[in-house]
Amino acid sequence: MMQIFDVFLLEAVLNGLLLGGLLALLSLGLNLVFGVIDVVWICYAELIMVGMYAIYYLYAVFGWPLLLAMAAGVLLVAAAGAALHQFVIRPVLAAEPINQLLVTGGVLFFLQAAATLAFGIEFKNIGVSFPPIVVGDISFSMPRLISFGVALAGMLALYLFLKRSYLGTAIRAISQDRGIMPLMGVNPHRIFIITSALGGGLAGLAACLLVLQYDIHPAIGLSFGPITFLICVLGGLGNMAGGFVAAFIFAQFISVGGFFLAVEWGYVIAFVFFIAVMFWRPQGIWGSK
Amino acid sequence: MSIPAPKSSGGAMLRLEGVSAGYAGFQALFNVSLEVRPGESVAVIGPNGAGKTTLLRTVSKLIELSAGEILMEGRSLHAVPAHEVIALGIAQVPEGRRLFARLSVEENLKMGAFLPAARPRYTERLKFVYSLFPRLQERSSQIAGTLSGGEQQMCAIGRALMSGPKLLLLDEPSAGLAPVVVQSIFALVKRICAEGYTVLIVEQNIRQVLKVVDRAYLLETGRIKMDGPSAELLASDEIRKAYLGI
Amino acid sequence: MMRALPWICLAALAAAPLVGLGNYPLHMLIQVLLWGFVYTGWSIMGRLGLVSFGHGAFLGIGAYVVVMLWNAYGVSPWIGLPIALALTAVVAFVIGYPCFRFKIVGHYFALVTLALSEIARMLIVALRDHTGGSLGVTPKTALTESAYSLVALQFSSKLVWFYIVLAVWLGGLWVWKKMDRSMARLALEAISQEEDAAGSIGINVTRLKLGVTLISALMTCVGGALYAQYQAYVNPDSVAGIGISLQMVFGVIAGGMYVRLGPTVGAAFTLLLAESLRLMFGNSLHALDSTIYGLMLVLFIIFMPKGILGGALEAVKGKKAASPDVQRA
Repeated sequence: MMQIFDVFLLEAVLNGLLLGGLLALLSLGLNLVFGVIDVVWICYAELIMVGMYAIYYLYAVFGWPLLLAMAAGVLLVAAAGAALHQFVIRPVLAAEPINQLLVTGGVLFFLQAAATLAFGIEFKNIGVSFPPIVVGDISFSMPRLISFGVALAGMLALYLFLKRSYLGTAIRAISQDRGIMPLMGVNPHRIFIITSALGGGLAGLAACLLVLQYDIHPAIGLSFGPITFLICVLGGLGNMAGGFVAAFIFAQFISVGGFFLAVEWGYVIAFVFFIAVMFWRPQGIWGSK
Repeated sequence: MSIPAPKSSGGAMLRLEGVSAGYAGFQALFNVSLEVRPGESVAVIGPNGAGKTTLLRTVSKLIELSAGEILMEGRSLHAVPAHEVIALGIAQVPEGRRLFARLSVEENLKMGAFLPAARPRYTERLKFVYSLFPRLQERSSQIAGTLSGGEQQMCAIGRALMSGPKLLLLDEPSAGLAPVVVQSIFALVKRICAEGYTVLIVEQNIRQVLKVVDRAYLLETGRIKMDGPSAELLASDEIRKAYLGI
Repeated sequence: MMRALPWICLAALAAAPLVGLGNYPLHMLIQVLLWGFVYTGWSIMGRLGLVSFGHGAFLGIGAYVVVMLWNAYGVSPWIGLPIALALTAVVAFVIGYPCFRFKIVGHYFALVTLALSEIARMLIVALRDHTGGSLGVTPKTALTESAYSLVALQFSSKLVWFYIVLAVWLGGLWVWKKMDRSMARLALEAISQEEDAAGSIGINVTRLKLGVTLISALMTCVGGALYAQYQAYVNPDSVAGIGISLQMVFGVIAGGMYVRLGPTVGAAFTLLLAESLRLMFGNSLHALDSTIYGLMLVLFIIFMPKGILGGALEAVKGKKAASPDVQRA
């Protein structure tokens, strides 16, 4: 029947690698926010959707240059992240974890419905097309290659920020001991807002990359949300390095699984793998505790 | 002294006037007054549960006071939020050290210099802290959680010094340390006082701390019971009987 | 008098359709009781701190297995339902066992179960050749010659459905009460608060949690099957995936999950809210109703975290909370 090492399989593997970069970026923002604030943004993928619509309208409707529209999109989603914390998370920060989860679930509903209301259910596309890159028999999609590079660069930048800067160090410190941060002269609320804006900004960056590859519609968040959650749990919630590796594993399942069967099957197989890992290492592959 | 400061602090750096404070439904401090003058080292001694830690947490505004006033160099801390207290020159070494366990030693010190005003002098102060605690320099890239108890205490003190404070608050620096290490920690405290820092230290280890500081207050069940120069307190019958077991 | 009150209410409820309740109110009533039953099933877990977003999967299994077996092989729902229940039990075990055995709780548990319900939805879509994919599926009608078919569990009369659903709903309340009284419940309260302590006094935490999860999942599965048979149509979004799972949890939160009738009140509230918003705005502006609905949910969780009934009971009883011992999970 099918040779295992045919060139199309190789193509699927390589495309999976590229997809992995994108998924790693997706999981990064969620992990950052969880690691610092201990809250899961169920509506994370919907923030990405907001960014995609913003870029679409600024670029395709209002005629801004694409890069400028993307920059504005990142800033907008960053602001949305900060607002999400200030107005939605902050009031329930002392409440039970379930309420924190649910309130962002409510935001998910709201954003999806509001997007339907404002933009309609038809699929939109920014209409930028790139020629595929062909190497021998293998062809790559240019947007995937771009997003792989940008995702890696974004992650590196975040890593350096967290490692080198005072603010980044404080962001890492606050997850370890919230109570004594004021003794360092750090206003914890301000750190939370900044972290939320960063998480939003990463969602915005993901939006820039997704908008090059996918159509925009109000339910697009559902295509990326669940897989992002799985990656985060597999890598250990709040563990950015673990999420990074998990993203590449999942991407292979989706890409190669999608190659042999259908895309949905790729997800299903990834999930089965996920359950298997749960039996083996329930704290996530790289989770501590 | 012809023009008095708006609120005269009488030459004191830190001054507490009739401070009462506590947690929800539980008052821990009753009408506490004390002062720390520039260059002085002062201890608040007393048994477990006397309210010593509450006192320091109140000064750092981690706890709101319910009555009274705290003045730092004549300025009321009333409207100052907790995270701005350090900017007035008050740095606290919290009870149990509370290092950021997964950050390195140097990153912990860096957190101590988080204040924008402290950042330009980071390198200089880091050098100073390392000269004070050469052990920390040897372990600068080690994860703080893996340090020994005494090293952690050094790191916590160093972290507080990184902000360049005028007043250092030390909360039970000897707690949970081996007797040998306790000795060296008190030697360190003595050195810090000698460096010219003004120090307010809270301690259960009364005999040791009285050998190090200039003056002390005795706090019992949230109230100041006695105060005076350390030598005087060390010699007093009350303290000898109740706390030194002589 | 106070003891008789619930029975009088029940009698009134049971008699309501007989005295000329219109078709539409009857439909709403059936929906409320059906979802009230499902929400009650969810709460049996939820109130013990096991926040599952995975019940969409169990609902989906109940709905689709029964319909698919009937459509493809002519297997009666009476046989299909036990098969669906068995499958549900297996899935609940496979998810629940590692979670409880390794003490995966809180956010982890919620996210794992959330993925489960989404996978169920994707499977339904992926099997589009058999399930009709996202377009949904209709059980083949058995009502060509008569108004009802017991074998196919299809009834053209809403009245029949009303009494079926009423009985099932009462069964759900009975299960809740039974669990309230049993020792297991006491043990579980201990778990939700202090898992290690419970373990140390000899309670098999994993087994108890699994038992509760199983009961909760099976109830949801029954609800899914009934929903499919009553509506005579299901699609992946209405019985599986994130959307419906969140909706269940919202309903429960809205009503209050620590009191027995809370989930039902929540079902009534969310259904009526969605329905009235739909009637108000439905035709003029697409999705305005769900936008407002989402906004209200957010406000609800922020400002009324104990739910309508929970909050009301608390207000009535003053300081004495409806069930303060399980508030903190």
